[in-house]
Amino acid sequence: MTVPAAAAADWAGPPRSAGPPRSAEPIAPAAPPCPPARVFLAVLSRDVHVTGKELVAFLAQTLIQPFFFLFIFVKVLSNAGFVTTSYGDIMLPGLIALNAFFGGLQAVAFPLVLDFAWTREIEDRLLAPMPIPLVAVEKMVYGALRGLVASLLMVPIGLLVLPSVSWPVSGLAPALLCTVLGAVLGGTMGLAIGTLVPPRRINVLFAVIFAPLMFTGSVQFPWLALSSERWFQVLCALNPLTYVSEGVRAALVPAVPHLPFWLCVGVSVLSVAALAWIGIRGFMRRALD
Amino acid sequence: MATDGSVRRSDGDPNGPLDLLDSAPGSPTEVTHTDIGAAGEPAALVAAGADPAGQDIAVEVTALVKRYPKSPVNAVDGLSFAVRRGEIFGLLGPNGAGKTTTVGVLTTRVLPTSGTATVAGLDVVRDAVAVRARLGVVPQRVNLDRSLTTRNNLVFHAAYHGLSRAERTARADELLERMGLADKAKVSVDQLSGGQSQRLMIARALMHRPEVLFLDEPSTGLDPQARLFVHDRVRALRDEGVTVVLTTHDMDEAAKLSDRVGIVDHGRMLTVDTPGQLVRSLPGSATLEVTVRGSDVPAVMLVAALTELPDVERVEQLGVLDTAGAAAGAGVPGGGSGAGGAGGGPAAAADGARLRVYVAGEPAALIGPVVSVLAARAATVSDLSIGEPSLEDVFIHLTGRDLR
Repeated sequence: MTVPAAAAADWAGPPRSAGPPRSAEPIAPAAPPCPPARVFLAVLSRDVHVTGKELVAFLAQTLIQPFFFLFIFVKVLSNAGFVTTSYGDIMLPGLIALNAFFGGLQAVAFPLVLDFAWTREIEDRLLAPMPIPLVAVEKMVYGALRGLVASLLMVPIGLLVLPSVSWPVSGLAPALLCTVLGAVLGGTMGLAIGTLVPPRRINVLFAVIFAPLMFTGSVQFPWLALSSERWFQVLCALNPLTYVSEGVRAALVPAVPHLPFWLCVGVSVLSVAALAWIGIRGFMRRALD
Repeated sequence: MATDGSVRRSDGDPNGPLDLLDSAPGSPTEVTHTDIGAAGEPAALVAAGADPAGQDIAVEVTALVKRYPKSPVNAVDGLSFAVRRGEIFGLLGPNGAGKTTTVGVLTTRVLPTSGTATVAGLDVVRDAVAVRARLGVVPQRVNLDRSLTTRNNLVFHAAYHGLSRAERTARADELLERMGLADKAKVSVDQLSGGQSQRLMIARALMHRPEVLFLDEPSTGLDPQARLFVHDRVRALRDEGVTVVLTTHDMDEAAKLSDRVGIVDHGRMLTVDTPGQLVRSLPGSATLEVTVRGSDVPAVMLVAALTELPDVERVEQLGVLDTAGAAAGAGVPGGGSGAGGAGGGPAAAADGARLRVYVAGEPAALIGPVVSVLAARAATVSDLSIGEPSLEDVFIHLTGRDLR
């Protein structure tokens, strides 16, 4: 995927084709083929640039809610004696997973619905010289990057609110793997939701999709602890976020009962594949008439 | 039909009509001959327009059909046309005629149901990526990236098209200057006016030096200054060798800008030609409007006499002048041909009458014969003007008056 030297030299070259121009000014040379990878990076750099411009908003969107989750449920309630102090061990890995997943989901889903329905800002990128599915993949990658940053930012906040937390060093790499998978899963689900939800239904996005996803993702509880609520346990098993939360927990707090790590990784990967397929199809349908 | 904005080539100067009388001593044969000549020359142009083979083709559409799902009719229904390299081609049609869909297919955003379309020699479906590198699009609706500044809209667009960093910034500054937006470079695009947004979208479309530029309704909603500016820019592009395809239903814009115009309706191409030739091909839309005085012959007789002239399709009496010289009656549309359509009755034209002569050919060629006929009946021509048909008349003639 490199620019051939000849093509690069073409930039300054004379018009490629026939036909004398009407005036002395030469016909603009046609662009030489630009490798799709370079176009992809340019489109990604646009999203990164915009995030950089809205850094404060991004940080607020990413951190305020999890901070309050942690502060109220772990600090306030445990100090008041309603929950045990060890609840933080369960909650913090869950919030890292949640941030990875929702960071990716929100970065893609909401803007995409708006883009296709009203602003049409994405059209300029759809007219870029690369295959349109790559524009969809870019959205997923961008969402995943945002999700990953959001979850990594959660770590110092967690350690700040819960100074007693300690994780095994051997669990950090597997935890990072699950976090990355969770971020990719979020970006991918964002693509699927963003292209499937009709614009008129955007107001129910939060109530009907976001809230259930957030509370059935085994973020605030270990999945195995749900055995007394069988129907809810089944429901949670259908939410791919469950496998991300369980995976992060399996890596960071292995003492807490959890699903097997390989299962968490396997289901996450399969979910990414399935949602990417749905999302790219949805994207193509929206992008092309 | 066509007399709005008529070109007045003669005024009420009493010497004018006399000059005309003197210079046209009843030479109808010669006039007729000239007329045939004038009609013959454009016929060659029609042939050239219909068969652009041998020329360098920038855009070619062949038997294009697009049917949207759930739609009972084809939005584009067997459309074919070709745009030569370096010309401005106007795609004209009523709302819903299929113009925007056609541009959508050509810009790789709409998948055709059948038929083929090529841009710069490349198939828009098979080689969509390569086609996108060669075309620029200025859409109907503002779709600027509102998260970016004016200048960054250009810079990032250039990056999407693989321009080097140095070239991006240099070209962005150059185009901002050319489009009169240099002082808005750092401003959010939300703060741009409609005209500024339009210019920025044109600048953006030009960033990667496209071979073909598509302009969808380029001046809808712009004030006259912004329109003129856009028109100047479009002509300058043509002069640089860029092929321009514009869709519009603004007749003046199409007539002023386009080298050739294609009129589309119900997804089909009705005609393709130069604006001038389209207007000339419209039967009976050129008119001569004559005001006469002093004749004892009833106006109806004058109408009948004029109708006898070759190349006169029909004659209408617009009104009888009162002694003060103003038209007493409103125009009465002619009933097809002859004096029967005139509503003036048998009143003598002594006080003056206004007559409208619908001409099949070049109206100027009939000035002599018309004045001769009137002079032979002792009617003095006090005013004569030529009404040329406009592209709008052609458009209405072809697409009808029904609202869409």
